[in-house]
Amino acid sequence: MLRLAVLLLVAFMTLPTLVVIAVSFNPTAILSFPPSGLSWRWYVNVITYTQFQRATWNSLVVTLGAVAVAMPAGTAAALALARAPRGASLWATLLLSPLVVPGVAAGLGFLILGAALGLLRSRAVLIAAHVALVLPFVVRSVWVSARNLDPTLERAAASLGATPWRAFQRVTLPLLRPGLLAALLFAVIVSLNEFVVSLFISTRLTEILPVAMFTYVVNYTDPTIAALSTLFIVGTVVAVWLADRFLDLGGVFLHHR
Amino acid sequence: MRLLLTPALLVVAVFAAALSALLRYSVLEFVPGSLQTGGLSLGNFTGIMSRQYLGAVWDTVVLSAATTGLTLVASYPVAYVLARTPSPRVRSTLLVLTLAPFFTGAIVRTYAWVLVLGNTVVTWPVPMLFTARGVLVGLVHFSMPTMILLLAAAISHIDPVYERAAASLGASPARVFRRVTLPLSMPGVVSGSVIVFAWTLSAFATPELLGGGRVKMIANVVRDLALDSFNWPGGAAFAVFALAVTLGLLAAVGRLTAGSERSA
Repeated sequence: MLRLAVLLLVAFMTLPTLVVIAVSFNPTAILSFPPSGLSWRWYVNVITYTQFQRATWNSLVVTLGAVAVAMPAGTAAALALARAPRGASLWATLLLSPLVVPGVAAGLGFLILGAALGLLRSRAVLIAAHVALVLPFVVRSVWVSARNLDPTLERAAASLGATPWRAFQRVTLPLLRPGLLAALLFAVIVSLNEFVVSLFISTRLTEILPVAMFTYVVNYTDPTIAALSTLFIVGTVVAVWLADRFLDLGGVFLHHR
Repeated sequence: MRLLLTPALLVVAVFAAALSALLRYSVLEFVPGSLQTGGLSLGNFTGIMSRQYLGAVWDTVVLSAATTGLTLVASYPVAYVLARTPSPRVRSTLLVLTLAPFFTGAIVRTYAWVLVLGNTVVTWPVPMLFTARGVLVGLVHFSMPTMILLLAAAISHIDPVYERAAASLGASPARVFRRVTLPLSMPGVVSGSVIVFAWTLSAFATPELLGGGRVKMIANVVRDLALDSFNWPGGAAFAVFALAVTLGLLAAVGRLTAGSERSA
């Protein structure tokens, strides 16, 4: 009974994804399922459509920019939180707060702010918003690793004559590696998929991939988005599988006895 | 400590600046046909209470409540198996299948439902795409990964010894579940439900694509006001309303879970 229910529910969760993959090879613009043949034409369409090329470039620039700021800022904050004897939870609440703000509220807020500063034609507002949105994920992932760090190790390094920077580089940083990798994975995935906030603050020239995909879905019905979605799905599944392999995702989300 | 926190606090300050710009616009008068604003006014908030917008607020609350209930029922069995399976393979398969849609992004996931609900796979006996029913299906699908993870975390905290004790005293599996497992997993049920409810209240992509302009939730009205009518003050008031409800709900669940931890 339970097994059947779980099987059906997992099917409900995964079947739409499989439909997307099947439709992406549909030979005609009119969608049919199961497809009447196999064709790569929608993948060709994805690659040759200039707005997607531009949006892919924008996505890369925005994500790289956001990660480059959020990783060091979030890591430093996580180390501070892990070392704070008291009052850490107040700071943590403040740093994690962008997570709970509805996307339309943040999006319209950044639109008004960007317009007031005259920055909406550049990618600056997009990058700033993405930094704020991925920061909570970085802080959380690194904080988990930093909390388990034994402070005596750093002191031992110092007593052996290492400068604080050298102790950080040779002792703290390697021990934080799993947390840093998880943080990087989360930050990249969250930023690449961010949609609502970006919709408010992008123009046709600065829009990132999810926004371009949204515009396409609203205006056209052919399977091009199915092809692009398939590429996204394959990338994500590989990333999550690798993460589960090397980072012990179960350890992050579930309590082991 | 201060030095290490400064960069992150600067980032949060930028975010706070955006939110305060939103708050300020929500109390400024809208001048139709212009991005310039008039003087201070509460007109935007009384505007929310007009019939045109109250319908969207009501639809949002009903859809969010229905989504929460259905998501809870659909997620519990999966979460239970995820937390309790002795097989590492089943656990890791379920975990990857649960997390993958979590990471695929709103557009890909919603587009999948555009295909499924739009009679491409099967022909539905009743219209699904561009109806509230279809939006509900999409919202449940969207909320399940979050609910499953929160429930699984709560269930994995329950010591199986309690369930075995109840069974050895003669309780049927259904009774063990009703009297032991379910009550002990209540913290996860409560926090999962409130988080899903709060997130659904501000859902945007799902109603935008699956509702096709015929089903409007609060976030869709905010978009229409801000990006189609250029009524930033009106949109800001609606967004502030959504923000206040979300924060209120999350504060309530924070207090509830803190209370249960103290009493435990």
